[in-house]
Amino acid sequence: MNRKLLHALTLGVGLSPGFAFAQAAAPAPAASSVSPSAVAMFIFFVLITLGITYWAAKRTKTASHFYAAGGGVTGLQNGLAIAGDYMSAASFLGISAFVYAWGYDGLIYSVGWLVGWPIVTFLIAEPLRNLGRFTFADVCSFRFEQTPIRILAACGTLVTVAFYLVAQMVGAGALIKILFGLEYWHAVVIVGCLMILYVTFGGMIATTWVQIIKAGLLLGGATLMAFLVLLAFNFNPGALFAKAVSVHPLGGAIMGPIFKPGAPVSTPLSAISTGLALMFGTCGLPHILMRFFTVPNAKEARKSVFFATGFIGYFYILTFIIGFGAIVFVSTNPDFIDQAKVAAGASVITATRGFPNMAAPLLAKAVGGDVLFGFISAVAFATILAVVSGLTLAGASAISHDLYANVIARGRSTEADEIRVSKIATVCLGIFAMVIGVLAERINVAFAVGLAFAIASSCNFPVLVMSMFWKNMTTRGAVVGGFLGLITAMLGVILSPAVWEGIFGNPKGSALVTIDNPTIVSMTLAFVAIYVVSKLDTSARAATDRSGFAMQFVRSQTGVGAEGASAH
Amino acid sequence: MAAASLEAIENNTKYKHLVAVRAKLGVTLSILVCIIYFGFILLVAFAPGFLGASLTGGVTTVGIPVGILVIVAAFLLTGYYVNRANGTYDTLTKEIIEETSK
Repeated sequence: MNRKLLHALTLGVGLSPGFAFAQAAAPAPAASSVSPSAVAMFIFFVLITLGITYWAAKRTKTASHFYAAGGGVTGLQNGLAIAGDYMSAASFLGISAFVYAWGYDGLIYSVGWLVGWPIVTFLIAEPLRNLGRFTFADVCSFRFEQTPIRILAACGTLVTVAFYLVAQMVGAGALIKILFGLEYWHAVVIVGCLMILYVTFGGMIATTWVQIIKAGLLLGGATLMAFLVLLAFNFNPGALFAKAVSVHPLGGAIMGPIFKPGAPVSTPLSAISTGLALMFGTCGLPHILMRFFTVPNAKEARKSVFFATGFIGYFYILTFIIGFGAIVFVSTNPDFIDQAKVAAGASVITATRGFPNMAAPLLAKAVGGDVLFGFISAVAFATILAVVSGLTLAGASAISHDLYANVIARGRSTEADEIRVSKIATVCLGIFAMVIGVLAERINVAFAVGLAFAIASSCNFPVLVMSMFWKNMTTRGAVVGGFLGLITAMLGVILSPAVWEGIFGNPKGSALVTIDNPTIVSMTLAFVAIYVVSKLDTSARAATDRSGFAMQFVRSQTGVGAEGASAH
Repeated sequence: MAAASLEAIENNTKYKHLVAVRAKLGVTLSILVCIIYFGFILLVAFAPGFLGASLTGGVTTVGIPVGILVIVAAFLLTGYYVNRANGTYDTLTKEIIEETSK
């Protein structure tokens, strides 16, 4: 079990959004964990969100409504929605389970997932809002030749979304199987259908509210659990840590980094590469970038990312307390431990029912009984729905707004056509996600999410940031650099020891790449290629590209000429 | 945006000032966040013993406040930037637009 766990870690970029599900294939525990209150609360959540979708559908009339909620979302609402879009079930269950198993290491991951946000604030949010309309490709293609850049950005978006989406679907299926006792494929189909309904009918308005409600539920539920844990120790974290150390099989080692060979930061190069992927991948996630177009102006965009950073940081600190709470209250409770496994020599941690997904839900049961367990289970499900809806909307927008409207129809399509295409794209993406989700039941989810972050940081981020700040970038430079980053990131992950040897079963030592995360190479290559190719580009188009910078820069700095995007 | 007003904005002294100070702040803070985060990661990689050392003789280690401080620092720096941008910079932007749209 431990070897598998380590293996899952090796795969990734701190990739633990998928960590919790790395063992998706583990057999489901006894059906006794299915609670009627969980099912009731889940059904209640679905009814509320479908009601919102119905309400949103009546308000979704124009493309601006569909893609950007009419630009009428406030900074605080958007901050919550961003948090809801970003805090996946995997990071809730994954980090708390990670802390449960390894202690301090969980905090290292939390930190990695947060540090991209300041960078988004300082460099991305404002120019993005001032230049774009619906997708980040609007910004990348602002002064360049539309067709090639839109295709590049759509590829970057779709590949990122596809891997992220499949990871969430597989995770959802595994989780729901455990929580509600459903068949894996039933769970995947339920998630897929609900997601299609929200996005097709309610567009960004429904997606935003699903994300806001989910963020509220998740923050509330996590706060309550952390409160109950700390209450038991008179709000003295030192006492909680002392108790955890005394019961955990690893003892005092859980209070510091436990790096073993094969862990993600085992070598300095892997450590830095992983850090780069987390930090700059966050700045290139299409479903997150898209959220900045839902606010009326740059001021609200900045506010929203400030609120989001606060919510996400607070949440990650809570998951740390929850993980330690689980060590104290779950691993010591015989009801939650599979005694047969303990007898066979497993530690109480790996013998925990539903390991490694269930630390947080079981803690809820330990400190709050069946009602809290049901609530937290329903929250985990709501969390998945909110994340997959955001991802699907981002993917559908890349197809309809970037590929259809700007490449295939070359700007001659009507808004109604574009919305229709995006609805069809949503259904197709939903079906794709369900089919792949069912087929990929045994995929290592950490691998898929790792690839998503590596691609976002190696393709989307360099093209976006260079187009905004570097005058001399040309269409050719962007296309060569972007595709090079995309392809090297994919190859780098596939040929890494963890995947080439670990997943494909090739002999040890046969992997062509020796670092676990390719970002330090693929992101650097993308930047260098953009620079060199742009510098050497003497075409007529290059002159047009460069001359467009002055106007773009003034607009990005002042917002003059930016999309009003107010609800109308 | 008309070409005339583009030129007017580019030549506006306040605009030049705004672009310069905002870029300086954004880049400085980005570098600061990178130093804090990669400093933390390098401590994890090279000095796990330091992070795992007891803080005051109890079980709580140096690494706990350090990790939490990285999260809090990220939040506070974000807040500082947003505060500056939504105050000083937005006022400047408004003045620039008023001055150049005459």
